[in-house]
Amino acid sequence: MEKEVAIVGIGWEGFQPTSSHYSYKEMIYQAAKKAYHDASVDPRKDIQSFVTVAEDFIEGTSIFDEYTPDQLGAALKPMHTITGDGLHGLIAAYLMIRSGICQIAAVEAHSKASNVKTLPHITHYALDPFLNRPFEFHPDFIAGLEMTRFLHVSQLRPEDCDLIVQKNRRNALNNPLAPYGCDYRLSEIQDGRPVAYPLLESHIAQPADGTIVIVLAKREIAASLSSKPVWIIGVGWCNDAYNLEYRDWGDLPYVTRAAQMAYRQAQIQTPSKIIDFAEIDDLYAYRELMSLTALGLVPKSELSDAIRGGNLYPQGNLPVNVSGGSLGMGNLFEANGCARLIQAVLQLRGEAGKSQIPSPQVGLVQSWRGIPTTSAAVVVLAVS
Amino acid sequence: MNLRKVAVVGAGMTQFVRRAKETPQELAYKAVRTALDSCELTLNDIEAVCLGTAPDSFDGFHMNGEYLSQAAGAFRKPYMRSFVGGGTGVFVPIQGWYHVASGLFDVVLVVAEEKMSSYYPHAQAAFLTIFDHTIERPLKPNLLWIFALEMNRYMTTYGLSKADIARVSVLHKRNAADHPCALLGDTTITVEDVLQSETLAWPVQRLDVSPISDGAVALVLAAEHVARRITDKPVWIEGVGWCLDTAYWTNRDLAYPRYVEKAAKMAYEMAGIKEPRKEIHIAEPYDPFDYKVLHHLEGLQLAERGKSIELYLNGDAERTGNLPICPSGGLLGVGNPIAAAGLMKVAELFWQLRGEAGQRQVPGNPKRGLAQAWGDLMQVGTVIILGR
Repeated sequence: MEKEVAIVGIGWEGFQPTSSHYSYKEMIYQAAKKAYHDASVDPRKDIQSFVTVAEDFIEGTSIFDEYTPDQLGAALKPMHTITGDGLHGLIAAYLMIRSGICQIAAVEAHSKASNVKTLPHITHYALDPFLNRPFEFHPDFIAGLEMTRFLHVSQLRPEDCDLIVQKNRRNALNNPLAPYGCDYRLSEIQDGRPVAYPLLESHIAQPADGTIVIVLAKREIAASLSSKPVWIIGVGWCNDAYNLEYRDWGDLPYVTRAAQMAYRQAQIQTPSKIIDFAEIDDLYAYRELMSLTALGLVPKSELSDAIRGGNLYPQGNLPVNVSGGSLGMGNLFEANGCARLIQAVLQLRGEAGKSQIPSPQVGLVQSWRGIPTTSAAVVVLAVS
Repeated sequence: MNLRKVAVVGAGMTQFVRRAKETPQELAYKAVRTALDSCELTLNDIEAVCLGTAPDSFDGFHMNGEYLSQAAGAFRKPYMRSFVGGGTGVFVPIQGWYHVASGLFDVVLVVAEEKMSSYYPHAQAAFLTIFDHTIERPLKPNLLWIFALEMNRYMTTYGLSKADIARVSVLHKRNAADHPCALLGDTTITVEDVLQSETLAWPVQRLDVSPISDGAVALVLAAEHVARRITDKPVWIEGVGWCLDTAYWTNRDLAYPRYVEKAAKMAYEMAGIKEPRKEIHIAEPYDPFDYKVLHHLEGLQLAERGKSIELYLNGDAERTGNLPICPSGGLLGVGNPIAAAGLMKVAELFWQLRGEAGQRQVPGNPKRGLAQAWGDLMQVGTVIILGR
């Protein structure tokens, strides 16, 4: 097992539907303070490189990277932005440490979703202006199309997705960070407003505000910074077709490729045997099932049994989104991957409280940048 | 530092123009095609793609990186877009460098694209939303005004004249006349022309400023063992450095860019450079405005504070001088499609160090060159050093 880079500190703030009493900078400052304390580092003296993930249109500011350094203690330091998911940012920091340019790096991801009043309009601007924008469809309609195709090719029913919603939102009740915990009956989920049939409003993760800071360190110093370093043993990321019409709607080849890259590095031949738990994308309930197959964890033909037989529950063989996932913790935009990641770190450290599963050794984290992208990232984590 | 060696093995670019008929995707595709052809590789040889493009509002896309992904050659490949405002063009090869230096990849494509003409009526308006929403936007500042403040501060601190600073614009635009992709090459331009041009925000006049442009540039990077198989003339990335200062630009000493100094020192240390003025043979400092070159040369430690103008007055900055500056023609001459302009400077070093710069070739077999870009709220410096 490769042990080049470890996660030695995590910090977070928020995870609420709104946070009107403080700004994104104040929220990031709070998360940074906790992460630096967790890793016993001083950002000005010890951290040599910083990465933020953000997109201008979501922030409401052009060239948003201008506003990233101060609240992290990163002014006059090497710092850059990756316009991707938090896991992309984490991978950038991981690559820098492996390259030798720095030994300790910090990654920041945030969501101030409550500031975004016109998300569908913003997402509209991510579509091809000639071929896709003229249809003027709602972003969730694209998810509805994908869900339809996926259910068809995998011979699943919408009720299988209802079970995912029920599982994740119940799991969230055990996670103090999750604002959307709820003990739903299936009938309550099925009564959700249809958004783009068969997609219901209850299948969609609701926005939330939150900030996350993660400190990474090179092998030689990780042990001196943390008594419980969590090793990054494999990373992978991949993009697929940009235009909607070129995609394979029933599968996620970009998730598969990202996973294969990570497994290769982690020398994992049979992921379902090695991986103890997974924190993966569930921005839409069907995507959790779709991703499980793409990640090589559950064959398409066994998905229904996996969810109905209890395998994906906290007591099952492959607990998935024990934290509550995005359905339970909220859609944190570019911070979704890091939200999944800190939950995996807490599990591997044995600090997940009521959500804790018994002594996990290897965890998988996967993210997707949301509609309309085909951009996914995978990180495999391990202890000892 | 014992780092994995990374080389530039191919480069390509589109014409820089005021209003390209191509879509942003087509511009990116053209640059990638030319870069791959230059080293006889295909997309099958590329293991990962790094993209740089400045604010999304120019191209008019949310998640512009996603929009450009396929055209940049990233279909079913690891792909990331980095962003440090105007500094992006020199940061994206640094991003490519750490991809290869990490040991995860051997051949990586680096692409920078910008299409500013999409912004109607003028790209300058995109900059209205870069300022702090509470303390600055109510004043409705634009970019030219804040650079006019900085230029004024720089001139006042060191007692420089407009006529002297105009020499920078004249040299770069004359150099650009030899660049086949240039937008504003002009062999006949004089200091008088610059001083007579329209005043935009005193002391900034139209010919002190680089033009709004469209264009794209791409490089191919390779690890040492692969680079030597691809080409007999690899150009090595010897040093990289970057630094981001506070967002509170009004608290900064506008006469001297500390962030450029820090970025340069990081790159010099990695490259083992002790005396930059002696060891750097070609400099491509960022020149969106003529005074910025002088500012940056001082931050880069290539001139004493307030003295960089002498390089232009005594001829050292010319291609035949002791320290040729922007032999490409720079942003002032070739054009300024933000991220692509920064990467154009790195491509220029690649061609110069291989002796393939045609009429722009600096004589004397230069061995080492430096490119630098700058951006955000007069806040970020990105530096790369190439050598052979």
